[in-house]
Amino acid sequence: MNNLIILPLVIPLLAGIILIFFHKKIKAQKIISFIASVLFIIIASAVVQNVHLNGIQTLEIGSWRAPYGIIFVADMYSSLLVLTTSIIGLTSLLFAFSTTTAKRGNFYFYPSIQFLLAGVTGAFLTGDIFNLFVFFEVMLMSSYVLIVLGSEKAQLRESIKYILVNIISSALFVITVAYLYAVTGTLNMADLSEKIAATGQTGLLTVIAILFLIVFGLKGAIFPLFFWLPGSYEAPPAAIKALFGALLTKVGVYSITRVYTLLFYHDTGFTHEILAWLSALTIIFGAIGAIAYSNITKIIIYNIITAVGVILFGVAAFTEASVEGSIYYLIHDMIIKAALFFLVGTVIAITGTSHLRKFSGLIKPYPLLGWLFFVAAISLAGIPPLSGFIGKLKIVQGGFEAGQFTIAVIVLLSSLLVLYSVMKIFINGFWGEQRKEQELRKIPINRLLFPTVILIVLSIVYGLGVESISPYVSQAAEGLLNPSIYIEAVLKE
Amino acid sequence: MEVLMSILVGILFMAAVYLMLSRSLLRIILGTGLLSHGAHLLILTMGGLKTGAAPLLGEHAKFYTDPLPQALILTAIVISFGVTSFFLVLAYRAYQELRTDDMDQLRGKDHYE
Repeated sequence: MNNLIILPLVIPLLAGIILIFFHKKIKAQKIISFIASVLFIIIASAVVQNVHLNGIQTLEIGSWRAPYGIIFVADMYSSLLVLTTSIIGLTSLLFAFSTTTAKRGNFYFYPSIQFLLAGVTGAFLTGDIFNLFVFFEVMLMSSYVLIVLGSEKAQLRESIKYILVNIISSALFVITVAYLYAVTGTLNMADLSEKIAATGQTGLLTVIAILFLIVFGLKGAIFPLFFWLPGSYEAPPAAIKALFGALLTKVGVYSITRVYTLLFYHDTGFTHEILAWLSALTIIFGAIGAIAYSNITKIIIYNIITAVGVILFGVAAFTEASVEGSIYYLIHDMIIKAALFFLVGTVIAITGTSHLRKFSGLIKPYPLLGWLFFVAAISLAGIPPLSGFIGKLKIVQGGFEAGQFTIAVIVLLSSLLVLYSVMKIFINGFWGEQRKEQELRKIPINRLLFPTVILIVLSIVYGLGVESISPYVSQAAEGLLNPSIYIEAVLKE
Repeated sequence: MEVLMSILVGILFMAAVYLMLSRSLLRIILGTGLLSHGAHLLILTMGGLKTGAAPLLGEHAKFYTDPLPQALILTAIVISFGVTSFFLVLAYRAYQELRTDDMDQLRGKDHYE
């Protein structure tokens, strides 16, 4: 028994409830949500350290034994993601403090952020497949509120599509759980894994595995299920974009990883091959989108899709190196996507447009902004001293080991296109002469840049300090590659 | 009995997909309603439709029906209830602001430049 691991869920939940009572007092809301986020980071790091020292931590809710009650499981993979989530939560809040108008802040903006964080954390920590569905809904409900809050025309238009897609995928999730329950008779993930291993993965279970891929693929935006993402993610304000881009799709990615490493790993020739090719197509289509647009928000949004493909290819190749690489890349991508959305949000706040041909020469008046963007851009592409390198290196290495030469080369080539797409922003937007017709708004930019600086510094430290992070990541990869560790921790007979 | 229920659920899904592919927003919301009905009936069916007493220990019966799917359905019902009411209000707000319920006109101007 270990109550520590439920605290990352309880803190944002309680903070959200308390914030509801203070919804007219913006200052009190800011203070409370700031304190809650700092606490969240401290607790999440304590969980990571605890899991590192003492192995997988479990908590049986209400002391019911494992397959019968709901269980929370913190293995290294999920606790690392919870820690990253807490950092993204704090920086997004800091960004939101200086960008959110009273019009939004008065109407339950901060409580919704806390509930979103609670949903994401719960989805990472749960050990029960139906409980995962419930936390998906907690997360999605808060995201519905955050995407439409303010009700500008574009937000109303896009949130209709976003909600519709998610209602359909939630119904599919329920249907898939129903099928899985009919075949196995259990909902606990460890118990499911044992039952599937005992009966062998029959054709029926392989079908359910593909259904799960469709469900989580809709949440995580893989090819051909990413169609809803570019429009929806453009609608909300920048702080929300960063939260969505860094967290929401990654929960889908996490779920695919969990399901394909813990439950359905018996017929990898079929399921993981499909996953590998879908991720290859995801990479290609994401890269095409990123180079096609000259709208800076759209470029970053399509880079989310590319990254989802790269991470999932690491899972699909299913070797030690590639799984490690996908964990490295997942954490890196959450940090750097949030940073990029902050930077793009700042640029739009200055220029008043997201169109690349309408502004240039920003490096002279805003040198710090420019160089931060440059570092973020080369880190995204995976230039060696920075954080994106080690993940992609290991994924490509694992891809070659698994004999997936074509897709590994696609991953390598995609880095070029990713680099081109973000450098296009840097060269066209920051270099050159300032245009005569463009008017730069005089806004206090330092407060906007502060959360970005935190994330960029973190990303540089992450890239340079791979040596000290690697024990944690290899522990996480070991847990994913050997489901027996997870099962033993949960069902300890 | 399970076969009959499966056919019924199939028909519900068919109607839901047809409605959700139409142009009017209200028809789409009706489709999501039918979709969640189908999903809930499917959980009930997949839990098994064997005869037995209602899951109340006071019944003192030999066999009870499976209580787990019923709890799952109850959870799924309230969740879809919350989401549907949000969606209905959103559709109402969108109609007030954008003056249309035609999905073709809600497309937005997507300039590829």
